Amino acid sequence: MLRLCSIANTIKLVRFLNFKQYQMLDIKRFLLTTALFFVVLLNTEILFAQTIDLFAMQDAQDKKDTKDKTDIVTATFKTTRLINGQSIENVGRGILDVKISHRFGTLNSGAYNLFGLDNASMRMGVDYGITDRLMVGAGRSTYQKQFDAFLKYRIIRQSTGKRYMPFSVSYAASIALRTLDDPNATTVQKWYTDRLSYTHQLIIASKLNDFTSLQVMPTLIHYNSVPLAKNPNDLISVGVGFRERLSKRVNLTGEYYNQVTQLEGYFNSLSLGLDIETGGHVFQFHVSNSTGMTDKTFITETTGQWEKGDIHFGFNIARVFTVKKKKEIN
Amino acid sequence: MKRILLSFLILALSASAIQAQKLFATKKGQLKFNATGGVEAIAAVNNQVDSKMVDKTGQIVFSVLIKGFKFDNQLMEDHFNENYLESTKFPKADFKGFILNAASIDFSKDGKHNITAEGTLTIHNVAQKVSVPGTLTIADGKLSVMASFKIKIKDYGVTGLYIGDKIAPDAEIVLNCKYD
Repeated sequence: MLRLCSIANTIKLVRFLNFKQYQMLDIKRFLLTTALFFVVLLNTEILFAQTIDLFAMQDAQDKKDTKDKTDIVTATFKTTRLINGQSIENVGRGILDVKISHRFGTLNSGAYNLFGLDNASMRMGVDYGITDRLMVGAGRSTYQKQFDAFLKYRIIRQSTGKRYMPFSVSYAASIALRTLDDPNATTVQKWYTDRLSYTHQLIIASKLNDFTSLQVMPTLIHYNSVPLAKNPNDLISVGVGFRERLSKRVNLTGEYYNQVTQLEGYFNSLSLGLDIETGGHVFQFHVSNSTGMTDKTFITETTGQWEKGDIHFGFNIARVFTVKKKKEIN
Repeated sequence: MKRILLSFLILALSASAIQAQKLFATKKGQLKFNATGGVEAIAAVNNQVDSKMVDKTGQIVFSVLIKGFKFDNQLMEDHFNENYLESTKFPKADFKGFILNAASIDFSKDGKHNITAEGTLTIHNVAQKVSVPGTLTIADGKLSVMASFKIKIKDYGVTGLYIGDKIAPDAEIVLNCKYD
């Protein structure tokens, strides 16, 4: 009924706009029909309101949201270390991550040393997330009796949606103090600062899809003191790494550091690993030609050679603890 | 002329007879879930629940971003997204349904009403028909909806080693939406 009326009146209005007929109409009729037209309009508006369909509205909004919202890419790697070095990942705010890492002796040391398992070098450390972007960590390694500390800050976060960013960028800086007494103290070390070295790293990573992530790490290592006068104090290296997701809980990882400038007698570090995640733990098993677990020891002081069988089996165990709870959850 | 007057009258009358429906909406609803199975609390909160409802028909929708769930433990949040809910593939969960007894509620008066919402709950791209009890409160003309219910995690195609162990087989959901 309503619709019929409105159609009839619209037709009338159209006719009425026709010039010839307009002349014949008196002003009263004109006003009345105009008023009628608005009543019709009012009714149609209500008719529209009458048919609110939230389901359709929601579907339309979902489509809009995927374009208008920025979605930050997470879980590029399983944990904050790729194998030996830093990955793009940070621990979340208020999370303490306890890491215990072992590197055994070389596989080519024979059955007498149980293929290296008799010798273990260890690092114990903790990482803590101050904010979601900034984390700090410290550790102690048995190798060269080193203490190390680092900070890592996420500068750019990979995202999709409204703000598209194809990669993430972090900056990591670390300091390592070698406390092992120098056996061949021909160059007398006068200052403890001679035992310090610093690492600056840019970490550029991209999660290509749910399975593959890639990472590039331009690195600068500064030694306060180098073995020979001709050695440069600042060494440049470029690292590359990847992860390939094999299943929900298992990742294949790889890491390689190419030294652009280097100290003599050391080789490039190459490591391959498996990340296995079980609830609150992440286990990382790997083989590497490096023994050290601080930045400078594996990037610029790797003594092993893959082709000679100087391969170390090793693992990292990470366990996270929630230190700061979010109030509203419980 | 008479005919025009008559139709004018009918239309004017009908306009007053049909009352406009009112749409209530919020983007800041809260949804908590708890699936603690063992010692460690497995719980999260999402404070960006998008919900709309219409008073007369009782039609109601909820929509949440899976990534919007915040856990105490970042690693748990990553696992929730990556391994369980697969949020890159299925970014949202939603409910589309009706409040069955909406017609009996006077939305112009303050009061507290027990309600039952029936509809489709879609999580992890699996849709299930559900019926959820809750309460609808009207205070100073402001509407709020609260509901607490359990869902079986396995009903939604979410699988994992720890479901039924560290993760309870049923997740408890607590919803609290205050409409603007």
